[in-house]
Amino acid sequence: MAEICTQLDAFRSDDAQVIRGATVISKDLSIDSLAVMDMIMELEDRFDVSIPMNTVAEIHTVDELADTILKLAARR
Amino acid sequence: MGLFDRHAGLLDVYRDVRTTGADPFQIRMERVLSPTEAIINGKKCLTVGTNNYFGLTFDPSCMQAAIDAILAEGTGTTGSRIANGSYSEHVALEEEIAAFYGKKHCMVFTTGYQANLGVISTLVGPEDFLLIDADSHASIYDACKQTQAEVVRFKHNDPGSLDARLRRLKERDEGDKPGNRLVVLEGIYSMLGDSAPLKEFIEVCKKYGAYVLVDEAHSLGALGENGRGLCEAAGVLDDCHFIVGTFSKTLGAIGGYCVSNDPDFDILRVTVRAYMFTASLPPSIVASVRQALRVVKARPELRKQLWDNVATLYDGLAAQGFKLGPEHGPVVGVHLPDRMIAIGFWRAMLDAGIYVNVAVPPATPNGVSLLRCSLCAVHTREQLEHMIEVMTGIGRQMGVLAPKLRAAG
Repeated sequence: MAEICTQLDAFRSDDAQVIRGATVISKDLSIDSLAVMDMIMELEDRFDVSIPMNTVAEIHTVDELADTILKLAARR
Repeated sequence: MGLFDRHAGLLDVYRDVRTTGADPFQIRMERVLSPTEAIINGKKCLTVGTNNYFGLTFDPSCMQAAIDAILAEGTGTTGSRIANGSYSEHVALEEEIAAFYGKKHCMVFTTGYQANLGVISTLVGPEDFLLIDADSHASIYDACKQTQAEVVRFKHNDPGSLDARLRRLKERDEGDKPGNRLVVLEGIYSMLGDSAPLKEFIEVCKKYGAYVLVDEAHSLGALGENGRGLCEAAGVLDDCHFIVGTFSKTLGAIGGYCVSNDPDFDILRVTVRAYMFTASLPPSIVASVRQALRVVKARPELRKQLWDNVATLYDGLAAQGFKLGPEHGPVVGVHLPDRMIAIGFWRAMLDAGIYVNVAVPPATPNGVSLLRCSLCAVHTREQLEHMIEVMTGIGRQMGVLAPKLRAAG
C-alpha cells in the first residue's frame, strides 16, 4: 500500500492533497485518463501484474487499486 | 446537471485556446489551390499539415479517373455492400490491394478509422487479449471499447514491455485454455512521426504465438522498397497477419483496408459491423484510389522526394535548436513547452502564411504540446527553407529558441 502511494505521488499534480486509501485517483490527484493509464503501466511493471484496461475503468480509489493489484498478484 | 456539464473542463480549455484569436480546430480553408497551398483568412498559405504525402490529391490522372467514374456510375452507392451489393470496382480495388501486398484477401472500408475499429474489435472476443501500444491512434482505442477481449497496454515502441505483458498472460493461463492474443502496432505514429521497432516486436510475438496487426496509415507509400510500408521495410511482410491502411493520406482520397492471408478472412464481411452497416465508397473515390495506387507503383521517385523534404525540414529545424520527434519521418512533430505557447506559435505561423497542425493534450502522448507538420513530395526546397526561417523567427520572438548569437570577431 505504502509502495503504491509512493508510486502514485510521482503522478500527483502539485495542488493535489496527500494520498490516502480513500483518495479518488482521477479527481483528487487531478490527473486525466491518459495519465491514469500511464501510472497503471508503471505499477504493472513494479508489481509484475497486468491490469486490463477494462478493469481500470472500475477502479476509483487508491484502496480499490491496491486490492486489484493484490488479487492479481495472488493469482500468479 | 445538463448534458454538456461533463465537458465543462474541456470547454474552459477551449475558451483559452480561442482567446488567441483563431480556433485551430475550426479552421476554414477558403480555397485549396494545390497539394501545398490554400487560401486561409483571405491569404495564400503554404500547407504543411495535410498528410498528403505524395501530393496525389491534384494528380491529373487520379482526378480524371474520378470524373470518368462519376459520369459512368453516378455519385454514390447509397448503401452498404451487404445490402446493396458491391460494384465491380470495389472488388477490383480489393484484388489490387491484396496483390500489392502479396496477400490473399483484402476488405475495403469507407474510412481508415472504420477499418481499425471494425477489424480489431471483431478479431478478438471474450477470453482473448488485445495488446496495444500506449501511443495508439484513437481508432485503436475505440476498438478497445467495442471488443469484449481484455485490453492490455504496453509502453510505446518498447518490445520488452510487450514481452513482460505476454509473459504474465502466459503464466496466468498456465493449464487453462489460453485465449488468442492480438498485438496492434503502427508503421509510423501520427503525432511524432516515429516508427515501431517492428522486427523486435515480431520476435516477441512469435515467442508467445501472438497475432500481429500493423496499421500502415502513415507509412503506405513512404516506407519500403515498393511503398508497402514498415512491414516491407523491416522485411516482415509474411509475419504480419493483418495489415490495415488508409486511402486518405498517400492515396489522396478516403477509405480504409485490411489485408490478410488467413483462409477464413472473408467471414469478417458478415461480422464486422463497421463494414456491414455503413454505405460503401462511391465510384469516384474507388476509381481515384485505384489510379493513385498505380501512380505509387509507377513513380518511386515520389518516395525519394518525400524523404528529401523530410530531411530538409527536420534537419533545418533541428539545426536551429527546435526539439523534434525522435527520428526522421513524413510527420515532423515540433515540441513546445505548453498548450498556450503551441497555440500562439501556430497562430503566428498562420499570420505569416504557413499552415501546420497543432496537437495538444489529451490528443497527444505524455501530455506534450506539438506543432505537427506533415510533408509532401511536391513541397519545394524553397518553400521549406522559407518555413524554417519563419519558424526560427517566431521561436526567437516567443523565447522558445535562444536569441541569435553574434558571430565573434
